[in-house]
Formats: sequence, C-alpha cells, structure tokens
Amino acid sequence: MDFRDSPAEAAFRARLKAWLAENAGKFPTSGDEYWHKQGEWHQALYQAGFFGLSWPKRFGGQELPPVYDVILDEELAIAGAPARPSLGYLAIGLGHHGSAELQQRFLPGMINGSERWCQGFSEPGAGSDLASLTTRAELDGDEYVIHGHKIWTSYSDIADWCLVLARTDSDVPRHKGISGFIVDMHQPGVEQRPLKMINGVSAEFGQVVFDGARVPAANMVGKPGEGWKLAMTVVSHEREPSTLGFSARYGKLVRQLAKKAAADGAAVPDDLRWAAVQAEMLRLHVRRRLSEQLDGLVHGPDGSLDKLLMTWVEQSVGHAALAVTGTRDPEMLHAYLYSRAQSVMGGTSQIQKNIIAGRILGLPAS
Amino acid sequence: MDVRLTTEQRELRDAAARLADDLGPGSVLDLADDDRAARLEKAIAATGWRTLRSDGASGVEVALVVEEFARGLIDVPFVGPVLADELYTRLTEAGGPTEGSTDGVSADGVAAAASGGATVAVDGVAIDAKGLRGLLGLDGTRVLAGTVGATVEGVDLTRLTGEPAGPLTAVGTLDEETALRFRALALVVTTADMLGAARGALTLGAEYAKVRQQYGHAIGSYQAIAHLLAEARALVEGAVSVLRHAAWAVDELAAAEAVQAALVAKAYTERAARTICETSIQVHGGIGNTWECLAHVFLRRVLTSAELFPATLEEIDLGLS
Repeated sequence: MDFRDSPAEAAFRARLKAWLAENAGKFPTSGDEYWHKQGEWHQALYQAGFFGLSWPKRFGGQELPPVYDVILDEELAIAGAPARPSLGYLAIGLGHHGSAELQQRFLPGMINGSERWCQGFSEPGAGSDLASLTTRAELDGDEYVIHGHKIWTSYSDIADWCLVLARTDSDVPRHKGISGFIVDMHQPGVEQRPLKMINGVSAEFGQVVFDGARVPAANMVGKPGEGWKLAMTVVSHEREPSTLGFSARYGKLVRQLAKKAAADGAAVPDDLRWAAVQAEMLRLHVRRRLSEQLDGLVHGPDGSLDKLLMTWVEQSVGHAALAVTGTRDPEMLHAYLYSRAQSVMGGTSQIQKNIIAGRILGLPAS
Repeated sequence: MDVRLTTEQRELRDAAARLADDLGPGSVLDLADDDRAARLEKAIAATGWRTLRSDGASGVEVALVVEEFARGLIDVPFVGPVLADELYTRLTEAGGPTEGSTDGVSADGVAAAASGGATVAVDGVAIDAKGLRGLLGLDGTRVLAGTVGATVEGVDLTRLTGEPAGPLTAVGTLDEETALRFRALALVVTTADMLGAARGALTLGAEYAKVRQQYGHAIGSYQAIAHLLAEARALVEGAVSVLRHAAWAVDELAAAEAVQAALVAKAYTERAARTICETSIQVHGGIGNTWECLAHVFLRRVLTSAELFPATLEEIDLGLS
C-alpha cells in the first residue's frame, strides 16, 4: 500500500505542473466564462497530453491507471486552473453499450474535445422517476423522429451531440420501452432554452425541446429497449466524485477561505475547520476508490455512497463560505449557492439513500 | 499510488473478524459470561497480535485488527497492550530503560511490558487494564513506568480502567519524532476502535430494521428509517478512507504529518461514529434505549475511545503553511 506517487506518477505530475504554470490564467475557472471557454480548455488539456488518461489508445486515450486522474484533478486545483471537463460518465456509457462502429466514430471526438456532448435524460415530468419519461422516437424509414422535452441538459447550447433517452415502445413495461440515441444537435427540430440558476449562471444548464428532430437508426446505442441499462450505467458513474473530477476543488475552496479568514484577522470558524476535514476525507476517499478500480471493480451501488459523501462535503464547504465571508464575497456566495444543487443533480440525495438502503444494506422495498 | 490492502492484510483482517464473531459478546448478557471471556482471552493471546508492533507490523495492520475487534465488542484488553508494546519497543530502541532509573515498582512495570503484560496510562488512568500488571506512559518525551492497582468498570462496558498502584517514574526518553509518532499511532488505534464499534452498531440497526414490523411491514421498508441507515452507511465509507490513510501515515510520513493525518481521521470518525451509534439507537426505538440492547454498548465504546487521545478541530491544519 502506498499513498505516494510512483516514479512514473511523479514524472507525470511534474510535467503537468510545468504545463499549468505556463498556461496560468489563460482559462476562466468559474461562472458563465468557464462554461463558454470549457471546450477550448478541454482541447488544450487533451493536446498537452493531460486528458482522457485512462481511456483506450484506439480512442485517443493513454491507457493509464485511473489514479492518474487523481493527479490531474489535484494539480488543477493547486494551480487554480479550471476543473477537468466532466464527461467520463458519457464515455463510459457509450463504451459499455455502444456498438464498435459507434464507439470508433464518437469516442475519439468526445475524448479529444473536438465534439461537444450533452445528456438528454431528465424531463420536466421525469426527474427522480426517470423511467416515466415521455419523449418518443418513432421509426420512419431508416431514421427515428424525436418529439419531447429534456431538462438539465448541461451546456446543451454548445453541444454537437446529445445522448438522448426516448421511448420507442409504449406497449411494454416502462423500463423496457426506452432506447438510447446519439442525436445531432445541429438540425431543425432542436430548440434551446437556457436556464438561469440561483447563482446567476445561465451557461451551464438548459432545456432542449425536440420537435421532429431526426436521428439515423444506426445511431441507436445498444438494441431497441436497452436504453434503461445505458441510463443506469451512465448515472451510476455520474455519481462518483472520481469521475466528476470535482473533489480537489473543495480543498482549494477551503484554502481560499482560510486565507480570507486570516486576512480579516477573524477567528477561524469551526464550520471552516470541519469543511477542511471533510474535504480531506473526500480527497483520500477518491484515492481509495480509484485504487480499487485497479481490481476492475464495477461501481454499481457504491457510486451512491460516493455521491452522498461528495454532496455532504460540497455543502459543508458552502456553509464554511457563509461562515467566513457571509454574502460579501461574490465568488464565495456563488460557491455556496452552487452547492445546493449537489444534493439534486445526478440523482437526489434521497434517491441515493434509497439505492444504498435497498442494494447495499439489503433493506426491504417499501 | 495504490492504496488497496495487500492480500496478507485482508487475510489478517478476516482472521480478526472471525475471532471476534466467534468469541465476542453477542448480547449484553454475554458480557457477564466469564467462561466466554476466558476463551476469548486465550484465543487472542494465542494470536500474538498484541505484539504486532514489536513484531514489525505496520500501523495499517494494527488498525485492521483493532477495528474488527471493536466491531465484535471484544472485551479483553487489546488497544492498551498494543500501545504499551509500542512504547516498550521504542524505549528499548532508545537505549532504555535508563540504568538505575527503575525502582521496584517501575522495574515490575517494565518487566511486565517486556513480557506483553502491560497497558498504557492516559491522563493518570490505566486504560484497557483488565488482568494487566504493567503500566507505561508517555509524558512529553519521557517514558514513565509503574504498575496497575485496582481496576473498575467505567463508562465502557467492554473495557476496565485502573488506578496506577503508585506514582509513575521516568525510565527513559524518546526523541521528539518518535514521541510524535506514538501519538499518531494512539490516535489511529482509537480511531479504528471507534470505526469498528460504529460498524457493529450499524449492522445491529440494519438487521433489526429488517425484522421489526410496524404497520404490517418491516420498518426498514420505510424511507424515514432506511435513509437514516443509508446515511450511516455512507459515513462508514468516509471513515474507512481517512483511517486507511492515517494508519499508513504512522510509518510512512514524517511524524508531524502522520499526526495531522491521524487528527483528520479521528475528528471525522468521531462525529461519524457517534452519529451512527445514535442512529442505531433510534432505529431500535424504545428497545434501543434499554440496557439490554447492545446499541449503547457500541456507543459507550465510541465515546470512550474519542476521549482517549482526543483530536480537536483547532489542531487541524488548514493548508496555509
């Protein structure tokens, strides 16, 4: 057992540090500016050899162990650089369920950042109860025609492709009538409706209305009716802090807050000390989880434990921000307000607890 | 970077878990079963695990055994003797006991420590002292020795505390680095003890929720109950992660860093473990508030290990240095 870098890991870290120093300040780290420049940031990281680290070489990855992503996230946070674009869960979904042709066509662009993606799962009427979704896809020749309304489609307005869940069969039990599609976002029949969130950011989340958008039948991920399996793979990985790459952000926020408290000459509030403990917990937790992936562990329900822990950490840090700077500091207020979404997005904390209770603790279904 | 347990470490953990499951108390009534406790004492003595440290084992291995023993509410000494073994080993490495420093009593204490029959003194109290004669302590960098006097039952129903038979006397000195490392180990083993007890309490609560019926259904089927237990399960996972690192750090990082890692682990685990035990009591309802339910035995063990070698939030490094 060793929490330290191996020589190869240390060399990678040193190269990364040097690159980050050269590129300091070139990319915005928060707010709408971050989202607008995220595509360029992604491609810059990729071209320098720091993105898609654990992906197969045939898709443009480097086939490195997952712990390299930890190093990346830590160094991004230390350097005050933007976070790693989070699309690992979409890549995993496509990698598990897509045909060889679809993988070869789409994974390289997804990984190198030349093609932007969004996820069309949730609907206004299908949030936690995702299987109740009503977007439908009807076969017309060798294409499907899509009608429906999607919401929480992160950065859909700049996306080239959307992984859409739609109902292809209404005569079977609801989980079995859903299929997954890779839909071109640049076509008539795709309407963008941005959402302004409580922190004022409007470039992250949006709504998309599909009204007669067309998708080749060959762009179906898996077979008809296999969309639910795809969705479960994607959301279970969406729940892991290691995939999201956010965990290192929390330590960075804690250090920023400590500096602000020190500059004010005020006593350090216990909320901040507790947030520091929590952030360190998550940093170590991610290391443990990514090490476990060396065994080839598939993260099913355990992702719900990770998501719950990450949520508690982010919201502790948010409370620490309030304790230190109140509403005076726009960046810290932004961090606090954003933290409220963590217990909702990617599956609410209540849904995670249902999963933990049923699938990990083995408690009976209600 | 690879923080998985080794095969040997997993086997050690599993062996400790089996021993705890076979011979630990399964009920409050079992705590008074002296025959069982005698069989347990014999089994643990046979493993030699009380001298894991002097046998060269890492902090990780010690923490794994402590955690499983606490999960099974092992009610014969373990944490105390392990820490005494560590102190005695470091004392002898430092050339101690100092010649002529031992009077009759401290000589007795040192001799008992040499044969694995000692525990440690914390704030003038011999912890985990059942059946032990030797007593070692650390005051700053000075190692103290004496013997255990009368033992009493305390807050923790699974471990006895003792009065020192007389004043402890200095028998040697450790360097500061070694003294800090002892503190790191002490923080780690008491953290492992809290985590193990919390895991035991969670299992007790979750199993109860599967069988206890109200309104015609198992109470675990109600989200109000299920979500409490799910939160407790996530807290366990976080505590495992901080403890794993702190236990590794005892031997692998500079002593001051090892202490920081241990403080983080203990601060996190203390809150987590107390919450988990309180959840277990709540899930048990009225029965959870009775003496006969094991939930409070786990809680008492957690509270006791939290107070031994305490970790305060004020000591946590905020990363400014």
